[in-house]
Amino acid sequence: MSVFLLYSFLPLAWLIISSTKTQESLIGSFGLWFSGPFAFFDNIVQTVTYDDGIFVRWFGNTLLYVIAGAGGATILATLAGYGLAKFTFPGKKAIFAVVLGAIAVPGTALAVPTFLMFSQMGLTNTIWAIIIPSLISPFGLYLIWVYAVDSVPTELLEAARVDGAGEIRTFFTISIKLLAPGIVTVAMFAIVATWNNYFLPLIMLNDPDLFPLTIGLQLWNQQATGVGSDPIFNLVITGALLTIVPIVIAFLLLQRFWQSGLSAGSVKQ
Amino acid sequence: MRKRTLVRGIATGAAALLIGAGLAACAGDTDTGDNAADPGSADAIEKALEEGGELTYWTWTPSAEAQVAAFEDAYPNVKVTVVNTGGANDNNLKLQNAIAAGSGAPDVVQVEYQSLPQFILSDSLLDLSAYGFGDLEDLYTPGPWGAVAQQGGIWGLPQDSGPMALFYNKRVFDEFGLEVPTTWDEYIEAGRKLHAADSDYYITNDAGADAGFGTSMIWQAGGRPFQADGEKVTVNLADEGTQKWATKWDTLVQEGLMSQIPGWTDEWFAGLANGTIATLPIGAWMPGVLESGAADGAGDWRVAPMPTYDGGAAVTAENGGSSEAVTKQSKNPALAAGFLKWLNSSEDSIDVFLESGGFPATVADLTSDEFLNYESDYFGGQKINEVLVDAANSVSTGWQYLPWQSYANSIYADTVGKAYLDKTSIADGLAAWQQQNVAYGNEQGFTVSE
Repeated sequence: MSVFLLYSFLPLAWLIISSTKTQESLIGSFGLWFSGPFAFFDNIVQTVTYDDGIFVRWFGNTLLYVIAGAGGATILATLAGYGLAKFTFPGKKAIFAVVLGAIAVPGTALAVPTFLMFSQMGLTNTIWAIIIPSLISPFGLYLIWVYAVDSVPTELLEAARVDGAGEIRTFFTISIKLLAPGIVTVAMFAIVATWNNYFLPLIMLNDPDLFPLTIGLQLWNQQATGVGSDPIFNLVITGALLTIVPIVIAFLLLQRFWQSGLSAGSVKQ
Repeated sequence: MRKRTLVRGIATGAAALLIGAGLAACAGDTDTGDNAADPGSADAIEKALEEGGELTYWTWTPSAEAQVAAFEDAYPNVKVTVVNTGGANDNNLKLQNAIAAGSGAPDVVQVEYQSLPQFILSDSLLDLSAYGFGDLEDLYTPGPWGAVAQQGGIWGLPQDSGPMALFYNKRVFDEFGLEVPTTWDEYIEAGRKLHAADSDYYITNDAGADAGFGTSMIWQAGGRPFQADGEKVTVNLADEGTQKWATKWDTLVQEGLMSQIPGWTDEWFAGLANGTIATLPIGAWMPGVLESGAADGAGDWRVAPMPTYDGGAAVTAENGGSSEAVTKQSKNPALAAGFLKWLNSSEDSIDVFLESGGFPATVADLTSDEFLNYESDYFGGQKINEVLVDAANSVSTGWQYLPWQSYANSIYADTVGKAYLDKTSIADGLAAWQQQNVAYGNEQGFTVSE
């Protein structure tokens, strides 16, 4: 357990301690303790103002990609997963096979073919090149599917139908509430995946104004390499710290829903 | 400096006259010059620059923005969009993808010398001979020019060069009573003495992960392991020169005299600042990097010629360096060629580039008194450029990179680097690298012989 704690928290501790150092004391001092002038706030100011505040722009881009991409992915996965769990129609088995197969293919392997396809459509180097591929979440769909089978009793749906509610009304007034823990889980996965997405934006985007944080920070990091290099490791580190803050907040806000869902379906009702 | 401004004024005036003449000559011509079927010429460039248009330029050079601003001042009708691709690897990846997709490539792109053959052979770059770029040969030193003019064409113009020299920390050398080594044997001896005196100190760092360094060292040792003639490629990583380097470097690896810190990390900059990495055999562009990345080491560093194997005449190699090229996808090749010509041959542009710490590839800059007499405060007042220009003139010739050098470099750490890690012989690592390169080359449709 203590090894696990050490493993999980040491990098975080290093990140927080390092973000209080200037570029000079960062490379000249022991990594796991404070040293030199306390430059935390100065680093933050520099990070958000460096290069005309491009970091703020990257932050906004990431938020856009997460809201549109992960949000859209969650909605699509919920609708499709619920439909597949609660309605019978021909070809369901084939869809099941396709979805399972899609989960097995890592997104990175699809990035280059996706690039070629998007290039044909003239969509590379636009926000759509990031948002559209993010909308597809086979794993999320599968998760909602298996979750809906157990957590939304078919009897309840039948009772609603008998009372005269249409399918859409049934979905929004009854099913969606029962599905909430599953939806939150899927949203969480999609948010983290989109927030951390690296390879897809790397090959899709050329314009730094469209970069998400992951690519932007790498751009800053590479500034330390090669002819005429100008290392700004202190800004890379402070930027990385600021980058994980929203993810931490999202986890803290959503974990209540998540926990309440962990035991659902664990006993026979 | 004043003299230079005058020269620049004359040059600008002459350029303006030329453009004027070019315009007058073409006054009755209705052809717009951006017709792709139109064979290019030097006149087409001037015409295109005057007519203007839009260009995209991919680069990771820190001075690019300032260079383009100066260009747009000189040619207000041309709008150049600079895209910072971050570094060579990402740049090549994006370029490769755009070429595979058939669209999305920029008009002008920065390409490292070692990556040029790969893009030449995939027919991705424009041969600039038709625009009269052959006349520019005398502007550049032979090493970089040889890299852009090969396979029967001229594929770009040199941006900078990186002849290798030995950067050493004089404070550390004085402290431990070391002499500046002139041969690699003396270098190894200095490494032993240093590390024995204080185990925190290493003569240099090399983890066997940087293929660019390894190939440059082989180049200096006289190895010519790669020979490419169109589709026919020879790979021989066991030739005499290559073995010469491998044997020397084996000693440093086996005795643990080199630090395993990878280059360009914060630890590396720290080691350079405090002197625990005591020397670097590296390209002549290093002074700018030391100044910005290892400010605490100011006053400690000096530069000396590369050690040699026999203690005889100076011989060195190129390490790093880039050119700019025009892509075949460019919709306005004449304009792109015009921008490229200005970027890497005009005084205005090269001045901006040099200010950012680059090392020139142009003979005029390398031989100017101002450049040679520059006394670097960081280097304790040493006239560093005298040493570095000597290095530029001592680069041995006949070196070639593989047509798949990016791939080869990406597997270097797994083959040659593994020998560093396991402390086995580097020759074995080179043999493994050879084997994988031959297999890959054949898979790619080359005829590879060993």
